[in-house]
Amino acid sequence: MLRATLKSLLARKLRLGMSAFAVVLGVAFVTGSYVFTDTLNRTFSDLFSDLHADVLVRPAAPEGQDSFAALAGTTSVSIPADLVGEIAALPGVADAYGEIESGGVGVLDQDGDIVGVMGGPGLGVGYDPDTFADDSVVTVVDGRGPEGPGEVAIDARTVDKAGLDVGDEVDLVTLGSEPRLSAELVGVLQFGGDDDGLAGATMTAFDMRTAQELFLDGEDAYTIISVIAASDVSAEELRDTVAAVLPDSLEASTGADVDDEMISAVEEGLGFFNTFLLVFAAVALFVGIFMILNTFSILVAQRSREMALLRALGARRSQITRSVMIESFVVGLIGSTLGLAAGLGLARLMQVIFGALGMEFSGSLVLAPRTVIVAFAVGIVVTMVAALAPARRASKVPPVAAMRDDMAITGSSRRNHGLLGGLLTAAGVAAMVAGLADAVPEALLFVGLGILTTFVGVALLAPIISVPLIQVITGWYSAAFGTTGRLARQNAMRNPRRTAATASALMIGLALVSAIAVVGASTKKSIDEALDEGLHADFVITNNTAGEPFSPTVADSARDIAGVDTVTSIRSAFAVVEGSQETITAIEPDAFAVASDFDIVEGSGDLAGGGAVVGDGREDDVAIGDTVTIEMAGASTEVPVIGYYDSDSPLLSGGYIVGFDTFTQVGAPTVDTTVLVIAASGAELGAIETGLTEATAELPMVTVRNHEDYRQSQRDELDQLLNIVYALLGLAILVAILGIVNTLALSVMERTREVGLLRAVGLSRRQLRTTIRLESIAIAVLGAVLGIGLGLGFGISLQRALADEGLASLDVPISQLVVFLVLAAVVGILAAVWPARRAARLNVLRAITTE
Amino acid sequence: MTNHDSGPPAAKAVDLTKVYGAGDTQVVALDGVTVDFIASQFTAIMGPSGSGKSTLMHCMAALDTPTSGQVFIGDVELSALNDKKLTRLRRDRIGFVFQAFNLVPTLTARENITLPLDIAGTRVDRDWFETIISTVGLSDRLKHKPNELSGGQQQRVACARALLSKPEIVFADEPTGNLDSRSGAEVLAFLRRSVREFGQTIVMVTHDPGAAAHADRVLFLGDGRLVDEMIDPTAEKVLERMKGFDAVGTGQVG
Repeated sequence: MLRATLKSLLARKLRLGMSAFAVVLGVAFVTGSYVFTDTLNRTFSDLFSDLHADVLVRPAAPEGQDSFAALAGTTSVSIPADLVGEIAALPGVADAYGEIESGGVGVLDQDGDIVGVMGGPGLGVGYDPDTFADDSVVTVVDGRGPEGPGEVAIDARTVDKAGLDVGDEVDLVTLGSEPRLSAELVGVLQFGGDDDGLAGATMTAFDMRTAQELFLDGEDAYTIISVIAASDVSAEELRDTVAAVLPDSLEASTGADVDDEMISAVEEGLGFFNTFLLVFAAVALFVGIFMILNTFSILVAQRSREMALLRALGARRSQITRSVMIESFVVGLIGSTLGLAAGLGLARLMQVIFGALGMEFSGSLVLAPRTVIVAFAVGIVVTMVAALAPARRASKVPPVAAMRDDMAITGSSRRNHGLLGGLLTAAGVAAMVAGLADAVPEALLFVGLGILTTFVGVALLAPIISVPLIQVITGWYSAAFGTTGRLARQNAMRNPRRTAATASALMIGLALVSAIAVVGASTKKSIDEALDEGLHADFVITNNTAGEPFSPTVADSARDIAGVDTVTSIRSAFAVVEGSQETITAIEPDAFAVASDFDIVEGSGDLAGGGAVVGDGREDDVAIGDTVTIEMAGASTEVPVIGYYDSDSPLLSGGYIVGFDTFTQVGAPTVDTTVLVIAASGAELGAIETGLTEATAELPMVTVRNHEDYRQSQRDELDQLLNIVYALLGLAILVAILGIVNTLALSVMERTREVGLLRAVGLSRRQLRTTIRLESIAIAVLGAVLGIGLGLGFGISLQRALADEGLASLDVPISQLVVFLVLAAVVGILAAVWPARRAARLNVLRAITTE
Repeated sequence: MTNHDSGPPAAKAVDLTKVYGAGDTQVVALDGVTVDFIASQFTAIMGPSGSGKSTLMHCMAALDTPTSGQVFIGDVELSALNDKKLTRLRRDRIGFVFQAFNLVPTLTARENITLPLDIAGTRVDRDWFETIISTVGLSDRLKHKPNELSGGQQQRVACARALLSKPEIVFADEPTGNLDSRSGAEVLAFLRRSVREFGQTIVMVTHDPGAAAHADRVLFLGDGRLVDEMIDPTAEKVLERMKGFDAVGTGQVG
């Protein structure tokens, strides 16, 4: 029996290949995401390991701070220089030296653009000739270290990208009081032992005194003290010795702990990315399941006579089932293996793309054992599960079928599926309605589960509802194409289950795409409306990298422009509030209320007194009159909560808001993230815009936008995100297209004699191709109609469910949905190319005499 | 070979040779066959298995290409035609009845009958259609799908289809091979009538002497060569001649 199975398997290499292909795609997606994120993690682990001295002294990190926030966070707390000498004198200390590390230093290339994209951090460091000589991590490879103001050394990769040479004058931007400066490039730094990049970061070294001027307001202080242990002292012992002499605002950690902290910070940051990719891998697999299911159904149907013969010869039903299961196991095994290889290719491709985008991470791909296990588990299990139903159906083939000429497997399962599908759809819709009507707790959960249930329900119902739908979709075929049209129409309807299963794969992809299109359009409309109502500023100045800060001098120079009435800044920073990670925002309440909306719904909004307000909706978290502890590295401050504000305001997130003084007091750096500008009434807006643009011209990372441009930029940001999602869903749709190709090709094989007959009685090759193409279009459009219909329902449900979360307005992008429908028809034409060619090439005589 | 009737042949083969394979596995299916198929005559081709009778028909019907020699349908020489022209020739000038699987399962009997005309985009001649339908006796089955028809009915639908476009010649490949004797007799009677009443030219391959007896003329093939010919055959005479094949083998004319 096993030999019979394997022989029949090998005899159908083409079909085997086509059914394995679905598995290959799904598995490639899963492994690609794993390999890519593993490789990314490894790059950062390498980058951060052995990076630090035995013990580091830093401003104390509050409990509950995310490691990612710790890495990204900045603090105004510094370490006085005399502490270095004190620590150096401790027993067990071989050496101690102060260092300065700060963010926000950008290197400009010859065009005046900042080197490095994707928000790669620009590090500014203080250069100490003694420590850099000892330091194996950063070394001067060309020229020398900076020795005074007006001199800098920059990492090799950045120097290369900016097209600089030692001796050149280089322009820099900083967050400090001197936002733009130029200096002579005196040396080139190398980070790490080999040519590893900084993963998109740039590093600029100033001499220590200049660094103190730039980053620490000229204080004789450092941001970090590195401590080297004497040879007989462990890092842990040294840490405890050092910690004993530190004030509360500082803490000592071993270098290994700091390495780990940074690695886990990166993993946390990438974890989101990994999840994102895996979600799409799941979608691809889900679609893949439909394709595998369909392929096996067709293969089994085609072999029903062969199986009936085996049954007639005495094979038991269980043997037939096992035979199909073994076949699916082999397909899964082959598919997983190829998928693993394809996944490696995919990861390599993403590595190249990221490199091209400026985020270079070198090194070979990481293939963790986990990846291999998941690849095979997923590929084989999915294939075998998908083959289970066809296998059971195969075993039901009666032995007498071997003797019959034409064999049709139908039966009660279709009706049962229809019933189940109807029930599931009804349940899903009911859950969605209940969720939307707020009739149940956890409304969003109900909507989500409702969507999932409806999906499965409609997929099961598809064979039944597809018949009338196909009739409508192909209604014009006969009139437009005559007999070829009629043949195509009949072919699309002759096996509703197969047509529906093929269309379902496309349905899933298009349902997701359409739902996202609806949610995306609604989000844009909601943002537009919120900004129309809630943003009164004429100009908005932000960093090109969303959320990154810039120097407060920008706001100062805006004030000097003629015709400007009000200028106000928004500042924000990561902080730990009452033990949990938050973003705190600082505003000038009166000016902000003019430029945007700042409505106090309860309590007071007078932030000048040192209090904080929090968005409405958090009444359960915190009461007016409570005191909350706001912690940043090295600082902990008690702040009273004085009121709730209306969190519908478009520029406010609903988190804690304090005044500028309180913001500085809790230890946040004095840098702006947004500057709002209001023109005096009657002022010439164009002139002000020109003035603002000129005033910020020397800071290329800052952009001035008028009201409409700002709205557009918000839309563009969303579009970018949507495009990434569409691109990933596009892969799911690709799987669906291949599913159609597969089904059509197999259907054509199944109808070889019929094709031969049609050709014999005079159907031309072109007419035959048209027939298959029209059938393919019918299937694709069916999938699109079902998918867009579902997606529309899901999208509207999600908008309703999220109406209170800022998605206030519904917008159905009809033209976009029509484009999807037209694209689906194009997909149909493309999917038919190969099957149609195959059919047209069939030898008429051989086709008609085939068995 | 001389003509027994006046009038030009509807189709003819000239020195037709068909060789399959090469070298040791080479099989000569047709070995220089020259034959005329007379218009408005019912010709049966007989011969033992492997005699080349099906190959001859396939080559004549533009379904297969000969290795050498010429095939004429009317005055058109087939080797000069490309696939497109051959397709059109099959559609407009040739009718087919196969042993099995003659009908498109998704189409009704009526749609199957009009299929070649529909493909060509030609109007169906109402009167002619009615004449044929009443002749084959399918008036009440036209709306049925093939799987709702008996084997004999299916073959009669196939015959009706073959005749509807008034082709110059109809090729039937064992049209009764899959039928019981009664259904087979109905189909043969219909083919006979279409020759007599409509002047249709029919070439039929068969191994059944009873079927061959319905023809005007029987050609006997053996080892790829035309070995004998019989005018106004009866089942007994044909059977006798076929027995000769078993006894003597092949190669003996007369």
